[in-house]
Amino acid sequence: MAFVTASWNPLGEAFYRKVELYEMCWSIRDGLRDSLVAAAPYGGPIALLREPLRRSPSSRPQLEIYSASGAAIASFPWKSGPVVQLGWSISDELLCVQEDGSVLIYDLFGSFKRHFSMGQEVVQSQVLEAKVFHSPYGTGIAIVTGSSRFTLATNIEDLKLRRLPEVPGLQGRPASWVVLTQDRQTKVLLSIGPELYILDNTSCTAVCPPGLSPHAGSIVHMSVSFSYKYLSLFTDSGHLWAGLSNLQDKLLEFDTKTTERPKQMLWCRRPKSQQPSVVLMWDRLLLVVGECNDTIQFPVEDPSVLVGEMDGVRIINSTNQELLQEVPLVCQDIFKIASMAPGALLLEAHREYEKSSQKADEYLREIKEQNVLEEAVRQCVEAAAHEYDPATQKSLMRAASFGKCFLTDFCSDPFVSTCRELRVLNAVRESGVGMPLTHTQFKQMTLQVLIDRLLFRQFYPLAIEICRYLKIPDYQGVSRVLKHWASCKVQQKDLSDEAIARAVCVKVGESPGVSYSHIAAKAYECGRTELAIKLLDFEPRSGEQVPLLLKMKRSHLALSKAVESGDTDLVYMVVTHLKNEMNRGDFFMTLRNQPVALSLYRQFCKLQEQETLKDLYNQDDNHQELANYYVTASYREKKLESSLSLLQNAVDEYNKAKNDFAAKATEEEMRLLRFQRKLDDEKGAGLLGLSLQVTMETLLSLGLHKQAEQLYRDFKVPDKRYWWLKLKSLAEKEEWEELEKFSKSKKSPIGYLAFVEVCMKYNNRNEAKKYICKVTPEQKVKAHLAVGDLESAADAAIEHKSESEIAAVLSRCSASDRLLVDRLNRASGAKK
Amino acid sequence: MSPLDRIANMSTLKQHDIVKLYKVEYKATVSLSDQLCFLIRPRIQTVKWICDVVNADKAVGRFRRYKIIFTPQRFFACEAVLEEEGVFGDVTTDEWAFYLLPLDDDILSMELPEFFHDNFLAGDQRWLRTVGGALHLLHSVYGPFSKLYGIGSCSQMTYEWWREQVEQGEQGARPAEIGSVFLIDRDVDFVTPLCSQVVYEGLLDDIFRIKCGCVEFGPDVTSSDRSVKVMLNSQDKVFNEIRNEHFSNVFGFLSQKARNLQTAYDKRQGMDIKQMKTFVSEELKGLKQEHRLLSLHIGASESIMKKKTKQDFQELLQREHCLLEGFEIRESISFIEEHINRQISMMESLRMLCLLSITENGLLPKDYRSLKTQYLQSYGFDHLLTFSNLRQLGLLVEQQGAETLTVMESKVGKLVNDKTAGKITDAFSSLARRSHFRALSRKLNLVPKSDEEYDLRVPKDMAYIFSGAYVPLSCRLIEQVLERDGWAGLEDVTRLLNGHEFAVTGGSRAEPNSDAQRLVLVLFLGGCTFSEISALRFLGRAKGYKFIVVTTAVTNSSRLLEALLGNHA
Repeated sequence: MAFVTASWNPLGEAFYRKVELYEMCWSIRDGLRDSLVAAAPYGGPIALLREPLRRSPSSRPQLEIYSASGAAIASFPWKSGPVVQLGWSISDELLCVQEDGSVLIYDLFGSFKRHFSMGQEVVQSQVLEAKVFHSPYGTGIAIVTGSSRFTLATNIEDLKLRRLPEVPGLQGRPASWVVLTQDRQTKVLLSIGPELYILDNTSCTAVCPPGLSPHAGSIVHMSVSFSYKYLSLFTDSGHLWAGLSNLQDKLLEFDTKTTERPKQMLWCRRPKSQQPSVVLMWDRLLLVVGECNDTIQFPVEDPSVLVGEMDGVRIINSTNQELLQEVPLVCQDIFKIASMAPGALLLEAHREYEKSSQKADEYLREIKEQNVLEEAVRQCVEAAAHEYDPATQKSLMRAASFGKCFLTDFCSDPFVSTCRELRVLNAVRESGVGMPLTHTQFKQMTLQVLIDRLLFRQFYPLAIEICRYLKIPDYQGVSRVLKHWASCKVQQKDLSDEAIARAVCVKVGESPGVSYSHIAAKAYECGRTELAIKLLDFEPRSGEQVPLLLKMKRSHLALSKAVESGDTDLVYMVVTHLKNEMNRGDFFMTLRNQPVALSLYRQFCKLQEQETLKDLYNQDDNHQELANYYVTASYREKKLESSLSLLQNAVDEYNKAKNDFAAKATEEEMRLLRFQRKLDDEKGAGLLGLSLQVTMETLLSLGLHKQAEQLYRDFKVPDKRYWWLKLKSLAEKEEWEELEKFSKSKKSPIGYLAFVEVCMKYNNRNEAKKYICKVTPEQKVKAHLAVGDLESAADAAIEHKSESEIAAVLSRCSASDRLLVDRLNRASGAKK
Repeated sequence: MSPLDRIANMSTLKQHDIVKLYKVEYKATVSLSDQLCFLIRPRIQTVKWICDVVNADKAVGRFRRYKIIFTPQRFFACEAVLEEEGVFGDVTTDEWAFYLLPLDDDILSMELPEFFHDNFLAGDQRWLRTVGGALHLLHSVYGPFSKLYGIGSCSQMTYEWWREQVEQGEQGARPAEIGSVFLIDRDVDFVTPLCSQVVYEGLLDDIFRIKCGCVEFGPDVTSSDRSVKVMLNSQDKVFNEIRNEHFSNVFGFLSQKARNLQTAYDKRQGMDIKQMKTFVSEELKGLKQEHRLLSLHIGASESIMKKKTKQDFQELLQREHCLLEGFEIRESISFIEEHINRQISMMESLRMLCLLSITENGLLPKDYRSLKTQYLQSYGFDHLLTFSNLRQLGLLVEQQGAETLTVMESKVGKLVNDKTAGKITDAFSSLARRSHFRALSRKLNLVPKSDEEYDLRVPKDMAYIFSGAYVPLSCRLIEQVLERDGWAGLEDVTRLLNGHEFAVTGGSRAEPNSDAQRLVLVLFLGGCTFSEISALRFLGRAKGYKFIVVTTAVTNSSRLLEALLGNHA
């Protein structure tokens, strides 16, 4: 343990350490010389392109992709044009910016995904230099062209090219430039000689770094920090200037005494940095310059590449990889020689305890006396998170665990979560996986992203293990992994559809949140339609299957699945789709076999496309409905002639449907309409469209008895109904004489009680009485009662000896009719 | 009253900057506002009207903002119309997942009267999903159901929709507050809603039309010159006591009530100041309220009496009973003929025709033709389409000779198996759709023996809601299934009802005799009548259940038939 500080170098008040991350697994013959290298931050993959500018078609350069630990992932000869810059997107895609301004995107495994261009004009002027950068908006690309113009794309997922304004006086490429993201704007900072300019969307402004001596010379190198907050400049006189990137403040100025331009210059900071520094690398020297103007020098033995991280700088060369970083404060506190920090004491106490020494107790007492045991535990846990070596992690965690035994109410959540996270980190740091993430980086990029990145690398079992270990809900965890796995599995060309479908089904089973239709869509994208259909069969929600089936042009299947799902919206969607896709005949035929879809479509047509409705019935030979359609249509017609012709169509169809009743009814209606029209023309009776009954009623009320009579005969109206009609009509008009005549015209088919009642309805008792004598004996009582003649009613009832009739009369008697009541009661009693 | 009034009245809406409410209909809008918000059911027709409004504005270069809120959900078809009419980009749309309107303590209505027409006549199953959603809502609020029973194809599909939603959603462990659920399609029992209602609440609905639990009494009831809107629910103490009573008892109740009220008022005599003060502050308000309601209900009853105690109505009821019992069919036919001859009522004639057809399993060809001719001549030729609709639903059909039917059925049977012939099945399904009312009535004992006197004051079974003449088929089924805990032993019955019955165990494991287990949710797909609700309340009291009725809408014979009229768009 005492050796922990062996790799520490003091820089001002703070310490810097170099931690070896990996011995690189790769074996590259010429080291990193003459290669274009791109290593993604957060321990991402490394891409390597040898001699990128070699143009001879006979020997193509090789593009190689490695994990951060140097494990080969892919390698293929570069067949496209000369590459100016390589870079990685935030979703681990390799971006290759070519000289002609086209950007080719490959996935981690070297398969081509897509490409886009940085603008037409670039083809002519060529890209001189390009930078790939990351911002809150995603991954961006900036280029400077042969005509000294800058073009920016802030997010390659949502490509919007911005051509920045011209820079006055710039010839060729600037001496140095960087991309800055400030105030939600992406800008370019560039130098021409000693001058510094900021180039934004609209203008190019000269700026001056505060405190940079005017004699410093031309700015030949620049670098911004990971967070875009800090800027460092290197001049050809060997001057280093560092300050805020908004150029408000200077942090340090230092004379390196070297006029040679460094190969790379990067910021080395960490959150809550005590002593941020700038790291410069020349062929043989690595120089760390702290804010305090202190320096640390490291020799460089092998050509190396620096990779900026949020909490340090990774140094990669052909044999190994190191992390240079400021030692976190908590680690300093614990491991600094002769430190009396609580954590340091606790670590010591535990060490003594392991040795079964009573000194453990002394240390512990000391901590407890100062009442800082909780702080000590916290420090140990925190320091463990920052350590890279599992042995050191363990000893710190053990110390913490030891310390917390002496605490009564200690919240162990941080302890537990740090343990878990360290296990996960150690697992992904394994050389085979090769993601040298620090705890700080891990916290920053979140677990979700870590899992995503494992998925990009296709480390499915590890990802699942991690999800299970950290107890992430299936929906976000295991299911997501399985989904990704299955989407990848369906692309395996060497397996049969059957085998893949089976494999997917076995693994995915019924995991919540994994949609088979999604996997099937992937399969279809890869041109495996049959496989897609097989996979869709596993989809329990038939609704989910439909959109994909439509896309695959399996319209019939889509329709039946939609119907199966019972979701009419979906059915309708498919129907609309089919309507546009098929010719009418086929479309109708398809619907014909799906009654649900058919009725749905009919509903729609009824309101939206009347004509189609007709065709639909026609196609089906559904004469009955077709006839009904014509009838409905006839009501919409304003002109009698057209509506009659529609009705004639209806008659024909009803006949075809063997519905002779309806046919006859329709014919009668046509006759009636013609009749009405004639009378309307002659007499202005306003009959058109009325029912037969109302027509007759109107005619009678107009006094057109003859015409009413004609209808009655022509349409074989039953006597009863006609008599009722005429009776009411005459009574209403109080044509009593006419009524009497009518009553005598023949024997009334509705009896004469009706006459009595109708007369009474119009309050004509005298007329009513005229008909009483004609009323049949059975109805006599009712008739007498109707006119209010209780005496006669009683007579008739007693005569009939009918109990119910007597009761009926009685119920109408009031107190004043005592005599009558007595008589009735007697009669009723006598019967008994 | 509209459902919106029950949720947010005009003053609430005004507080939220709504200037004026309009009904969406077939005419140009007159509003001057710059923003129009349409709250509509997802009907194609309505959407078309809105398109007209937008296009009219566009034509005159007027700029407004439009928002359509579809309730309870949007349909693709509606959005397709917006697209076809070229206004898709001009309007924004939204959904308001409004499912259930509580009309009373034990009635939840979805207020979807179109369900009946769309589903049973047009074969458009879109609303089933909505009903499934409503069931899911109840499930997620009141916890798992212990048992689900159902009959009818819609019920089955609704159940499946619901189950799918439950499986997809999260399974929260909630205490079960509802025991069983019973789903029933309206077309299982058309007889009951076609009968004249004689229980007070049903009568009010038949005569005054209750809308959203609210009735408007006209001047003839209020005996003043204005109409009064009255909420009808259990809050109204007077109404609550008579709503389930046979009408013949209502007057007795009301006069008793009036006497009680008088006694309560009379207490004032001989009170000292202090007592008087308490009386005024505590009792008087309640008494006055009761007084007001009492006079309204008395007014309503009088109005009903005027209309319904006439000879005609008695005769009508008697004829209905004959039809239900299957006696004197000839006389019933003549009665209907006479009814038409005298032009008494278009809807009543149609109702009697349907009732005749269902109970008799169709009309003889001769009667079928002549009655239809009479009807067409009287009420217009467009009813040819009405008849076509009624035939499709099996409400008014021609009797088939027994032989032809069996042949036909076996043919259809073959074709059904042979899936290719969907169309023919379709065409014949209406023929196969026969009513077996007579047989059902025998098997389920729906018509009590008529030789003994039925005391309507002390009802002994659910038949009291139809003067003791008929136990509603729907309610009898519910009773039987609950009693048997399933369909076992009712195989004959379900066969006659075209099957589609199911009984499944839900997710709850509550102890069998807890209060919750006695709570039964009855879901009517296609509407139920107040009489049925009264019958279920009776059944609940008799057997110790508590029924909650969920329905797509409250219906009655007129609403049912109006939905099937041929001029219905």
